[in-house]
Amino acid sequence: MSKIKAKKHSTFIDMTAMSDVTVLLLTFFMLTANFIPKEPVQVITPDSVSEIKIPDGNVMTVLISKDGRVFLNLDRPADKLKTLESIGKQYGLSFTDAQKASFVTQPNIGMPVGLLSKFLDMRMEEQDKVIKDYGLPMDSTNNQFKNWVMHATAANKDLTICIKADGETAYPKVKDVMNILQDLKLNRYSLITKLKPMPAGV
Amino acid sequence: MAEVNTGGGEQKKGKPKKMSLRVDFTPMVDMNMLLITFFMFATSLAKPQTMDITMPVKDEKVKEEERSKVADDKAITLILGEKNTIYYYLGKPPKYSEALNSVKVATYGSAEDKNSLRYLLLSRNRVNVEKIAKLRDLKNRKKLTQVMYDEEVKKIKNDKNGQVVIIKPLDESVYKNMVDALDEMQICAIGTYAIVEPTDADKWFVKNIQTKGAFSKDYDLTGGDAPATK
Repeated sequence: MSKIKAKKHSTFIDMTAMSDVTVLLLTFFMLTANFIPKEPVQVITPDSVSEIKIPDGNVMTVLISKDGRVFLNLDRPADKLKTLESIGKQYGLSFTDAQKASFVTQPNIGMPVGLLSKFLDMRMEEQDKVIKDYGLPMDSTNNQFKNWVMHATAANKDLTICIKADGETAYPKVKDVMNILQDLKLNRYSLITKLKPMPAGV
Repeated sequence: MAEVNTGGGEQKKGKPKKMSLRVDFTPMVDMNMLLITFFMFATSLAKPQTMDITMPVKDEKVKEEERSKVADDKAITLILGEKNTIYYYLGKPPKYSEALNSVKVATYGSAEDKNSLRYLLLSRNRVNVEKIAKLRDLKNRKKLTQVMYDEEVKKIKNDKNGQVVIIKPLDESVYKNMVDALDEMQICAIGTYAIVEPTDADKWFVKNIQTKGAFSKDYDLTGGDAPATK
């Protein structure tokens, strides 16, 4: 029988250094955090080899869902407030401060103007449930989408317009959005896509 | 596990208090890892890519004739149809009587597929594609900077003798078709392209192919010899 020496090691590892490193990493991630905006509908963008990155600030995202609903997203709260006030003036509506705060917190603009006041009075969770059934009206008699875009670009001259549409969205809907933007003399925009590598043999 | 000394402890009568606390930091590290993981997933470190497009100014005053004319061997018109099919013709719109032969069908496949759009565009644009492939090779070997590469690519793409592609998406196509077509422009190094409304003649061509020529027989416009310009 071999002698089995049972060595009793006291394992006291000093974790201070480890927790230092993790606190530093955590601080880094917290400070560089740009939360992905909450979208009312999931959109799967098509692939493209284009490697141009989306610009950092001053972006207005036009989200087109698979069934053709259009939502707007402005990344600056100041722009959102100014746009809300211009829309209010155009349609003769006024908003309380609580409604304005709720508007700025809600990332997506997607309710018809008539229902907007009631929508802003709801709580966040209810707003999220309701907004995905609506979307901005775009028909020629009631082109609220065009008015929102017009006021948004008036509020911020350097806005870059990005279109984020689902790959399966019927082309006529995207064509309508692009036509409305062309009517407003906005001819340069970016289409948000997923990256796919350049195919071989080219 | 670090050692934290409580300062001596309170000196109570009859109770000697001098305890050294040993705090185990392992759960602290666990918590930190969890928080880091949360922030990594909830924030976007990977920014999405974009594809820039510039549409022409919508000006009704510019008439059809005043728009720049293109030579026949340099122009391709793509009509994006439903279920990922592309109908195309080279040069000017063919006459109605010849439409069945001139308008062909392509797919979105890779370059090996002889029926694919990419194969067609690569074969028409062979010279420019090879130039750009050489440039890309130089850039990968770090002989060219990104800025110089972009400039050279722009020069090649703005070549006046390059291919011109006209993209006409039909209402039956989906957004993905348009993005794929624009992507092919970038892959095949085509500098001049435009997205235009399909004309009635284009829709006629597509219906013609779908009904395998039945249209040609029944729907004869102006004797079949006039070119389709409507």
